[in-house]
Amino acid sequence: MIEVQNLTKNFKDFRAVDNISMTIRKGEILGLLGPNGAGKTTTLRMLTGYFRPSSGTIKINNFHLPEDAIKIKSLIGYLPESAPLYHNMLVYDYLEYVAKIKGIDDKENRYDRFLQLSDLCGLSSIMAQPIATLSKGLKQRVGLAHAMMTDPQILILDEPTSGLDPNQIAEIRDIIKTIGKEKTIIFSTHILSEAEATCDRIAIINKGRVVADDTTANLKQNAKQNSFIHLSLKGVSTETAKALLESIDPNLNIKNVEPVEDDLVSFEITHSEDQDLRSNIYLKIKETDWIIIQLTKESRH
Amino acid sequence: MISLFLIVTGWFFFSTFFIFGRADLRDFFSLLPITFSFIIPAVTMRLFSEEKNIGSYEILLTLPVSFTDIALGKFFAATLFTISMLIPTISYPIFILFIGEVDPGPVIGGYMGAIFLAAAYCSIGLFASSLTRNQIVAFIIGCALCFTLTILDKLLFFMPAKIISVIEYIGANAHFTNISKGIIDSRDILYFVSVIFIFIFSTYIVMHEKN
Repeated sequence: MIEVQNLTKNFKDFRAVDNISMTIRKGEILGLLGPNGAGKTTTLRMLTGYFRPSSGTIKINNFHLPEDAIKIKSLIGYLPESAPLYHNMLVYDYLEYVAKIKGIDDKENRYDRFLQLSDLCGLSSIMAQPIATLSKGLKQRVGLAHAMMTDPQILILDEPTSGLDPNQIAEIRDIIKTIGKEKTIIFSTHILSEAEATCDRIAIINKGRVVADDTTANLKQNAKQNSFIHLSLKGVSTETAKALLESIDPNLNIKNVEPVEDDLVSFEITHSEDQDLRSNIYLKIKETDWIIIQLTKESRH
Repeated sequence: MISLFLIVTGWFFFSTFFIFGRADLRDFFSLLPITFSFIIPAVTMRLFSEEKNIGSYEILLTLPVSFTDIALGKFFAATLFTISMLIPTISYPIFILFIGEVDPGPVIGGYMGAIFLAAAYCSIGLFASSLTRNQIVAFIIGCALCFTLTILDKLLFFMPAKIISVIEYIGANAHFTNISKGIIDSRDILYFVSVIFIFIFSTYIVMHEKN
């Protein structure tokens, strides 16, 4: 449904998005995950036609950007970061303005759609309020109603839950999951657990590049294999200690790392999550007269 | 904004009205270009600047509308707003009707000229607003452009003789004065239409470049 190829965006000397390619199928919920400034927003802005890519192609439903920009824009519902709406309009007036621009000309249809949206997004009590007086979470909901106005096939949400309280986050996630059953949704976040909880598929972006792109289940599986044990010992040489550790399991990936203090020997041991090696290591070392300074486990994503 | 406009034009109208005892609108219309060159940039300064500042420009550009739709929509909105400011001033000729006679030609011509002038200045203000995200800068650029066009034909004295006729044609005041005398000349109308076209097209180019 959405095909992105070799997408790159430069801002003067700075490369915000670097050669991203991905395909998004119909009905998929894709989470773009990454730290601040990773290029998530820039990628989304290019998908919505707001930014023009420096190079690369975007194809949505056989339409190309930027030639068919208007057709693509009517396929997409977009919620920008922090929902920048017209502050001096009432919520109802704003929704009516959006509905008219998006081509819901019939008054009855418009009214029906407002009723559905206000149910879905919980807007009924704020319909007559100026947008400037709304809290961030409420604005976000109006923005969500804006994005879903014409029941678009593709929803693009830029950090839809940022700045909301836990209740509101849960509500917005529920909304995303409900509508995600039929729609294609792309949303960005920097919270891992949120992506895990809502997405079918996660693309991790860092410094403008896609560093991982897989289904949520597979990524979790891989993450498990990236568990580390940090071990620091006192009163032993590196080689002797390594030899002993290898005698536990010769397949272990043992890496000698810079010790925290001068007279220590430190290791980083990689293993898979199913077995917890800490007790084995402890029992082995107990037979010697070495001192264990540190024995901790860490999962890295 | 509307009340400011009405206070200023009302003062221009009535301050000389009683002194000279003249029952006409000549002073009102002759000062309109200068009033407009400050009032209209204040109306138009928000058109693009504020959208860019609060970020709603992003929403606007991701709605299914083209750059042309946006530029024209904003232009017509500003022009209609300015025309609506003129409506209360119709009370001036009605007022004159009570104490004397009104020559309908210059009044109708004056209002037609005012509409053309307002549209031209709105397109200039629109262009100024598209250049920057700061409203005050947009206002100053708009004022500078409009004011230059207004007083250009008063500066002919300083210009080299060869280009005087060109400069005179570029200035807005002479064209407005012609129409407001009740003389509808296709050259004057063509002048205003081309100013409007040039500045809306420049706005379109600026939008395109900044994208």
